[in-house]
Amino acid sequence: MNTDYFDIPNVEKAWCPGCGNFGLRAIVMNAYAELGLKKENLVMVSGIGQAAKSPHYYDVSYFNGLHGRALPAATGIKAANPELTVVVQSGDGDMYGEGGNHFLHTIRRNPDITVIVHDNMVYGLTKGQAAPTSQIGMKTPVQIDGVFEEPINPLTLAISLGATFVAQGSAGERELTTELIKQGIRHKGFALINVFQACPSFNKLNTAQWFKDNIRAVPDDYDPSDKAAAFRKALETVPWPVGVIYRETGKPTFEDHIHKNDSTPLYRRPRSAERVKKLLESKR
Amino acid sequence: MAPKKEFSILLAGEAGQGINSIEAILVRLLKQSGFHVFAAKEYMSRVRGGTNSTSIRISGRRVSAPVDTVDLFIPLTEAAVQRYQHRFSDNTITVGEQAVVKSDRMHDVPFASIGKELGDKRYASMVAAGVVAGMLNLDPDVLSALIQKRFAGKDSAVTEANIKAAAHGIQAGKEIAQKIHLSVAIPQSGETASELMMTGTDAVALGAVAGGCDSVFAYPMTPGSGVFTALAQTSHETGILVEQVEDEIGVINMALGAWYAGARALVSTSGGGFALMTEGISLSGMTETPVVVHVGQRPGPATGLPTRSEQGDLNLVLHAGHGTFPRIILAPGSLEQAFFLTQKAFNLADEYQIPVFILTDQYFVDMYYNLPAFDLTGLENKNGFVEAGEDYKRYRLTDSGVSPRGIPGFGPGRVCADSDEHDESGRITEDLDGISRQMKDKRFRKFDLVKQAAVAPDLYGPEDYKMLFVAWGSTLPAAREALERTGSKTAALLHFSQVWPLHSGTLRLIEKAERIIAIENNQTGAFSDLLRMETGAAVERKILKYNGLPFSVEELAARMKEVL
Repeated sequence: MNTDYFDIPNVEKAWCPGCGNFGLRAIVMNAYAELGLKKENLVMVSGIGQAAKSPHYYDVSYFNGLHGRALPAATGIKAANPELTVVVQSGDGDMYGEGGNHFLHTIRRNPDITVIVHDNMVYGLTKGQAAPTSQIGMKTPVQIDGVFEEPINPLTLAISLGATFVAQGSAGERELTTELIKQGIRHKGFALINVFQACPSFNKLNTAQWFKDNIRAVPDDYDPSDKAAAFRKALETVPWPVGVIYRETGKPTFEDHIHKNDSTPLYRRPRSAERVKKLLESKR
Repeated sequence: MAPKKEFSILLAGEAGQGINSIEAILVRLLKQSGFHVFAAKEYMSRVRGGTNSTSIRISGRRVSAPVDTVDLFIPLTEAAVQRYQHRFSDNTITVGEQAVVKSDRMHDVPFASIGKELGDKRYASMVAAGVVAGMLNLDPDVLSALIQKRFAGKDSAVTEANIKAAAHGIQAGKEIAQKIHLSVAIPQSGETASELMMTGTDAVALGAVAGGCDSVFAYPMTPGSGVFTALAQTSHETGILVEQVEDEIGVINMALGAWYAGARALVSTSGGGFALMTEGISLSGMTETPVVVHVGQRPGPATGLPTRSEQGDLNLVLHAGHGTFPRIILAPGSLEQAFFLTQKAFNLADEYQIPVFILTDQYFVDMYYNLPAFDLTGLENKNGFVEAGEDYKRYRLTDSGVSPRGIPGFGPGRVCADSDEHDESGRITEDLDGISRQMKDKRFRKFDLVKQAAVAPDLYGPEDYKMLFVAWGSTLPAAREALERTGSKTAALLHFSQVWPLHSGTLRLIEKAERIIAIENNQTGAFSDLLRMETGAAVERKILKYNGLPFSVEELAARMKEVL
C-alpha cells in the first residue's frame, strides 16, 4: 500500500526544520501502510506537546486531548470499541512527566493499545526545559545548574510493571523503528515503543549524531522473552539498546477482562430503558 | 395519652456493632407490615469505633424527610447517649444494656449477654431488632422469614440463633410496651409491602441503567462511591463496563475517551475528586464530547467532613473548567427525581454534546424510603451519534451550534476531536477572527438550546402565594413537610431539580412573590446568589444549615415560622 494513504499534505506542520518528528511521522505512516491498516478502524490519541500534534498530520481519526492524559482516553476508546486499532503518539513529558501515574497504571491494566513515545530528552513546545528523560547535568533556561533528577528509564519501568511489549527505536533508524511499530501494533496487549529523536532547537546535547553514536541494536541472538535478561538489557546506557527489549504473549488484555463474554462495541448495544425493569423488581 | 400516629427510632453505636444489620432487618419488616418507612444514616469516617446512627421513621403516610423526635432510642454504647441526648424528650423511651450504658430511665435488655448465651455476642443485633418488633407488635413470623433470607447461605445454626435472639428481643419488647402502657396506632396499609424501597444511591444507579449507561469509571470517594459500587454489583446482569481508575484525572479522561468512541459512560465522585477532574470537564466542553458526572457533595474544604452532608459544591460544579462552554446541573430532591433525571442526563449529554451533572449529597445518597413503582411508559433513550461519511467534519458549523457527532469506526469518515481551538475538521487553528471565533460562537449557541431544555422548578403550596420559599436538591422533602407544618396559607415552596441553567419560567414565578426566602444546606446560600444573578430577584433571607447534617422537619418548620 502507498504510504500516501495516511498523508494529509494540505495540513501545515508546526515543527521546526530538522525536527525528529518529521522522520517519525514518515516511519509511522510506513508502518501503517505495511500493515495494511484501514483509516476507518484506526484512532490515534495524544496529549499536548510538539509530538502530541502528530495525529493532526495523518488522515486518521484522533482524540487530541489534554497534556498527560492520552492513556486514559485511549483506554476508554479501546474499551468502548475493541474493534478499533488505537495508537497513542506523544512526547516524553506528556507520557512520563504529566501523565506518569497513567503510564504506571495503564501498563498494569494492559489494554491492547500501542504507545509511541517521542523521547528527545527535552521539552520542545515550552522551549527547552528539562524532560523526565533529560540526562543529569544538562543545562536549560530553567535548570541553570544542570538537571539534578535521575532520568526516567521507560524500559525498566515498563518491564517492572508487567508490560508485555517493550521496545526502543530511534527516528534516525527508519527500518528498525518501522518494524518495531508494526510489531507493537500486531502485539495483543499494551505495547511501548520509546523512540529517540533529536530536538535541534532545544537539545544541543543529544543531537541526531549523538543518538546515532549512542545506540546499539540488540544482538541477533538476544531473547526478548527472558524477563530478567530484558531487565538487564533495559538498564544499559551509553550505548542505549534499540530493538524489541521484552515480549510476552498470552496475557489477557483489559478489553478481554472488562467485556467478559460480549465484545460488541458499546455503540452497537441496545439502549432500551426497559433493561432496568428487573433491577427495579429487586428493590421491592 | 392519645395513641402515636408516628413512631421514630434512633439506633446508635460504634462502627462495626451491627447497626446496619438491625436497620436493614427493621425497615424491611416495617415495610412488609404495611407501614411507610424512612431511614437516614449518620456515620463517622472510621471503620471501627466512634458513634454511628440510623434514624428510622415509621408512619401511616408517606415520609421522606428526617425528624429530630426520638420515640425509641437504642444506644449500644455510653457515648451514643452523650451524642444524641439533645434530641430526647420526656417521652423518649430508652432501651439498652445496663452493663454497657448508664442511663437513669433506661429499660434494661441485655443484648450482648443474650447473644453470648446463644453463642455469639453479634446476635445482639437481632435481639435489638426483636425489641422493636415486640414493642410495635409486629408479626414474629415475618421477622423470622426476613432473618432467614438475610442469613441464607450461612450455617443454619447461625440463622437459628439469630431467630432465637429475635424471639428474646420480641419478648422483652412486649414487656416494656406493657409496662409503660405504650400506645401506638399507626395506620397500616396493604400497599407498602409491594412497593419499591431504595436509597438515593440506588435511584441514581438505576436511573443510569435506564439511561443506557454502558460503562462506569470512578476512583473511590465517599459519598460518590456508592453509585459506582451499585453499578459494579449489578454489572453481570447489565453488562456495564466497570473500571476503578488510578485517579480522578484518569477517570474523567477515560470516560471522555469512551464517549468519543460511542459509549454512554458515567463518572461518580465527590467534591475533592471532582476538583481533580475540572480540566477534563473543560475538555468535554472544548471537544464537545458528552459526559455524565454524579457528584455526591460532602462538606469541604479539602478533606472536610468526609461522611457528612452539605450542599456546598454548587459553585464548584457550576464553574469547574476554564473557558466558556454550556453545561447542565441537575439536583434531584426525591428518589423519583433522582431516577428520572439521571436517565434524562444521558440523553441531554448525548444530544447537546456537553457535560451533564447530577448533584446530590451524602444525606441524599444514603437515605431511603418506600415509594410506588416507577412508571417507565414512554421512557426512551436516543443516541446522538451519526454515521460518519467520507467527507465528515466533526465540528461542522451549524445554526443550532450542535454538529452531528460521528464516532470512530462507524462509517468511513475520520472523527477528529481536538482540545486546541480547531477548525471544522478538528485541526488546530489560530485564525483568531476566522474559524476560531466561529467555533466559539458555535459552542455558545448551545447555551440557548440547553436553556430551552431546562427542567422547570416545581411549585408546592398555593398558586397565589405571597411568600416563596426557594429550595434545591435534597432539601425538598424536609422543606415540603415543614411548610405543611407551618400551616401557612400564603407561603409556597419552589423547588429546583435543575439548578443550571434555570428554566425560563423562573423569573415569572419569582416575581409573583412579595418575599423570597431561601433554604439551603450550606454556609453562604450559593443558590440564592445564582438566583439573583439569573433573575435579578433578591432573596430576603436565607435559612442555612452547614454543620454537616441535613435539615430536620422540626427545625426547618421552626425556622420557617420565624420568617412568616
